[in-house]
Amino acid sequence: MADIISVRDVTKAYPGGIMAVDTLSLAVEEGEFVTLLGPSGCGKTTTIRMIAGFEIPTSGRIYLAGEDVTELPPYKRQVNTVFQDYALFPHMTIRENVGYGLRVAGVPRVEIGRRVDETLGTVGLRDKAEARPATLSGGQKQRVALARALVRRPKVLLLDEPLSALDAKLREAMQVELKHLHQKLGITFMFVTHDQTEALVMSDRVVVMDRGRIVQAASPSELYDHPATPYVANFVGASNMIAATVAALSGPSLTIRTGGGEIRCAANGRRFEIGDHVVAAVRPEKVAPRAAEAPPEGHSLIPGRVVDGLFHGNSYRLEVTLDDGAPFLVDIPLKTGASLADMPSPGATIELVVDPDTVSVFPAEREGSR
Amino acid sequence: MKAITRRRLLAGAVVSPPLLWTLAFLFVPYLIMFTYSFYLKQFPMFAPAFQFGNYLAILIDPQYYQVLLRTFKIASIVAVSALLIAYPLTYFLVFQLKNKRLRTALYMAVIVPLWVSYLLRAYTWKTILGTEGVLNSFLVWTGILDQPSDIFLYNQFSMALTLTYIFIPFMVMPIYTALEKIPRSMVEASKDLGVGPVRTFLRITLPLSMPGMIAGLTFTFCLTFGDFIAPFLVGGPNGFMIANILQTQFGAALNWPLGAALSIVMLAIVLTIISVSDRLERAGRLDMD
Amino acid sequence: MTSAAQGIGGDRAAAPARGRWGLSPRFQERLGGHILGLIAASAMVFLYLPIVVLIIFSFNDNRSLTLPLRGFTLRWYEAFLGNENMLVAIKNSLYVASIATTLTVIIGTAAAFALDRVDFPGKTVFRRLMLLPLALPGIITGISMLNLFRVVGFNLSLETVILGHATALVAIVVTQVYARLQRFNRRLEEASSDLGARPWQTFFMVTLPNIRSAIVGSALLSFTLSFDEIPVTFFLTGRDNTLPMYIYSTLRRGITPEINAVGTVIVVLSLGLIVLSVSLLRQTEET
Repeated sequence: MADIISVRDVTKAYPGGIMAVDTLSLAVEEGEFVTLLGPSGCGKTTTIRMIAGFEIPTSGRIYLAGEDVTELPPYKRQVNTVFQDYALFPHMTIRENVGYGLRVAGVPRVEIGRRVDETLGTVGLRDKAEARPATLSGGQKQRVALARALVRRPKVLLLDEPLSALDAKLREAMQVELKHLHQKLGITFMFVTHDQTEALVMSDRVVVMDRGRIVQAASPSELYDHPATPYVANFVGASNMIAATVAALSGPSLTIRTGGGEIRCAANGRRFEIGDHVVAAVRPEKVAPRAAEAPPEGHSLIPGRVVDGLFHGNSYRLEVTLDDGAPFLVDIPLKTGASLADMPSPGATIELVVDPDTVSVFPAEREGSR
Repeated sequence: MKAITRRRLLAGAVVSPPLLWTLAFLFVPYLIMFTYSFYLKQFPMFAPAFQFGNYLAILIDPQYYQVLLRTFKIASIVAVSALLIAYPLTYFLVFQLKNKRLRTALYMAVIVPLWVSYLLRAYTWKTILGTEGVLNSFLVWTGILDQPSDIFLYNQFSMALTLTYIFIPFMVMPIYTALEKIPRSMVEASKDLGVGPVRTFLRITLPLSMPGMIAGLTFTFCLTFGDFIAPFLVGGPNGFMIANILQTQFGAALNWPLGAALSIVMLAIVLTIISVSDRLERAGRLDMD
Repeated sequence: MTSAAQGIGGDRAAAPARGRWGLSPRFQERLGGHILGLIAASAMVFLYLPIVVLIIFSFNDNRSLTLPLRGFTLRWYEAFLGNENMLVAIKNSLYVASIATTLTVIIGTAAAFALDRVDFPGKTVFRRLMLLPLALPGIITGISMLNLFRVVGFNLSLETVILGHATALVAIVVTQVYARLQRFNRRLEEASSDLGARPWQTFFMVTLPNIRSAIVGSALLSFTLSFDEIPVTFFLTGRDNTLPMYIYSTLRRGITPEINAVGTVIVVLSLGLIVLSVSLLRQTEET
C-alpha cells in the first residue's frame, strides 16, 4: 500500500543548538495506526506538529500522499489534529465547533448540518449539540475534539496525547473506543503518547523515540518481546537489567555470567565475543520460582532470597535479592485457585527459572549513549 | 510564498502602525522639546541656541524652584492622605465583606467616579468650600459660625483636599488587586498559630500589599505633580503649582524655551520616580505559590 | 497549613487569651472590623458627596449655591440646552471622542498583538514609551505634541486634539487587550488553522470574539476619558472648543448653575458608560 506520510531526514533545531528532532525518517502506510512513544522531550510532539504544519523543519522534507507539504501552512494540509487540551472554541456551541472546519471551507449550510449530526452520532454526543464546551466533562470534550477533526474526512488523523488529561478508567475505555473507531473508519491514525500501555493496546506499529531520534519501530509484540536496546526494554514494560559478561558462545545462543549465576540466552542477531560486557533484560513476569517438577531443558536456574512480596490484585510481585546483592523483581500471576499462602515468604530462599528466549542481551554501553 | 516570509510580512504589518505612531507622537516630540530647552527666548518666539540658561533659571530663580518644592510638598501630602483613606477602605472591602457580589458592587462604586469628569468633580469642591458655598451656608444655618469663613477655599489646604478626593479611587485600584491576591489561607494560618490580628496585618497582609501601595503612590504622586486644574479652581494666589507656571510659558509669557526646559525637568522627575517605584515593586513581589 | 496547625492541638483555647493592650484577639478583630467599617462608610460618603451636591444643586432654584434649598426647577437644564456655544462644544467633543477612540482601538490592538507575539528590536523602549502617558501628567503630552505640530507646521484644530487624545489614551487599550491576549489560548488558533481556516478567518472567527470584551471595554473607557480630557486638549485646541474646554473657560469667568446642569448630565452618562466598561473589563480578568 502507498505511504500516506513520508518523513525524510527531518531535523528541527532551535537557537542554542537544541535539536528537538534529529534526522528522523519515517514512513506510514495508509490505514495504519502508528504511535510515537517516548518520554517528554523525546521529540514526538515536535514531529507530529511538523506533520500537522505548526512547525517547519530546519531541514528535511515531509510528504503527505506523495505531495511535498514541508512548507505548507496547516490549513492547506489534508490532516487534522486532536489536541491534548482539546482546544475547543469556548465561544461556540458543540455543533458550531464541529461544523467549524466545514464552515470555513464554504460547505453549504444544509450539508454542514447533516455531516455534523452524523459525526456527533458516531461519537455519541448528539444530545449535547447545543451545549458549550465549558459545561462538558473531559471525556465529552475529547469526543467533541475527535468529531471536529473527523467531520472533515481527513486522510490522516493526528492525536497529540489526547487521553493524558483523563482519569485511568476513562482512559482505558477511550483507548478501546479509539481502536474501534480506527477499524471502522479505515483512515490513518498517528498517535503520540508517553504511556507505553496505551501504545501497546492501540497500535499497529509503535515508534519508540529518544532525544529526537527513532530507537525502534515495530509491532507492539515485537517491541515487547524483542526490544532493540536497553532503553526500549526498560521503557516498554518493566525489565530487570542485569550486568554480566559473556562466558561462552554456541551458535545462536550464548551463556552470560552474572554475579548471581549463569544464564543461557539467545543472541538475537547480535555479535558477541567471550569476555564482552553485556546488559541482560529479563521481564519480571517471564520468570517463575522453581516449581516441584524439574525446569525445562535449556532453562537457567538463578538462586536468590525473597525480601518482600507485594499484592498487585491479579499478580503477586516478589522482591528478590540475588547472590551478589543485585535486586530482582518477579511477577507471579495469581490464577484461580491460587492463594497468597502459597507464595514464597520473605526470608525464604528461592530459585528462579529463566527461559533463554525471554532474555534480551545488549552490549554494555557507556553511560548516556543508547 | 515561503512560510517564513509570510510570517515576517504579517508581523511587519502588525508592528508598523503602532511603532510609527509611537515614534511620531511619543518620541520625536520629546526630542524636539529637549532641543527647544536649550534655545533662547527671542521675540516673537525663540532663537536656536545651545545654552543652559533655562535650566539655570529653574534652579536659581526662586519663582521657579520654590514652586517646584511646593509642588513636591503637595504631591507628597496628597499621595499619603489618599493612601491613609484608601487603604482602610480597601481592606474593609476585601477582608470584611464576605458576600462577593456586594464586594464587587461596592468596589465598582468606588472606582467608577474615577473616570467621571475630573473637571466637574474638582469644580464641585469649589462650590462646596466657597464663602457662598454649601459648607459655609450649612455652618451658618446651623449656627456653628456667625458668618461665612474664607479659610476653606483658595489655599493649599483646599487644593490638597480636592486632589486627595480625586485620587482616592486611583489608590484603591492597585491595593484592591494586591489584597485580593493574598491567599486567605495565609492569614487564617497566622491567626491559627496564635498571632493576633494586628500583628498578622503588620507581618503578613501589609508587606504583601506593598506592590499595590507603591503603584498607587507612584500614580498619585506623578499625576498630582503635573496637575494644573486643581490649582486653577481651588488653589488661590499662593496655590499654583509647577504645571501652572509651565502653562503660562506657553501662554501669556511666551517663553517656549523655558517651558520646554521645565517640561524636561518634569519629565525627568516623573521618569525617575517611575523607575524607582518599578524597582521597588519588583523587589517586593513575592511568589504566592 | 491550617489543618496542620489544628492537628498540633492548636484550637482557639490554646491561643493567647489576652493580646496587646489586654484585649482578646477576638475582641480586637471585632473592634477593628467596626472601626474599618466606619472609615469605609465615611470614605464612601466623602467620595459621593460632591456628586450628590452637583446633582441636587442642578435642580435648585437659586443662582448661588447656598443652603437652604429653595425649590425644584429645570431652568438650568433649559438654559444649557439653549446655549448655542455649549451645544456646539458638545458636538465637537463627540466628534473628537469618536475618532480618537477609533484610533486608539486600531493602534492599541495592533500594539497589543505586537507586544504579545512579535519580537523586534527596540521592543522594550517601544512598550515603555507607549505606556508612558498612563503615569505622565497630561500637560507634558500636550506640550510635547504642541511643539511637534509647530515644527511640522500644523495649525491647531480639532484634528490635532484628536491626535493628542489618541496618543494619551492608547495605553488604556494596549494594557487591557494585551492582558486578555496573554490569557488567550493560542492552541485555539492552531486548531482553527488545522481545520482549514486561513489566517484572516482565524482572526475574525476565533481570536477576535475572544478578546472582544477587552476591546469594547477599553474603547468605552477611552471614549469617556476623551470626552472629559483637559490637559492635553488645552494645548492643542484651535478655534473650536470641546466641552471641557468650554466649561473651563466659563469657570474662569465665574460659576453658573448651568454648569451644574450640564455636569449632572455628563456625570450620569459617564457613570452609565463606565459601569458598562468596567463590567466588560472584569470579564476580561475572570475568563
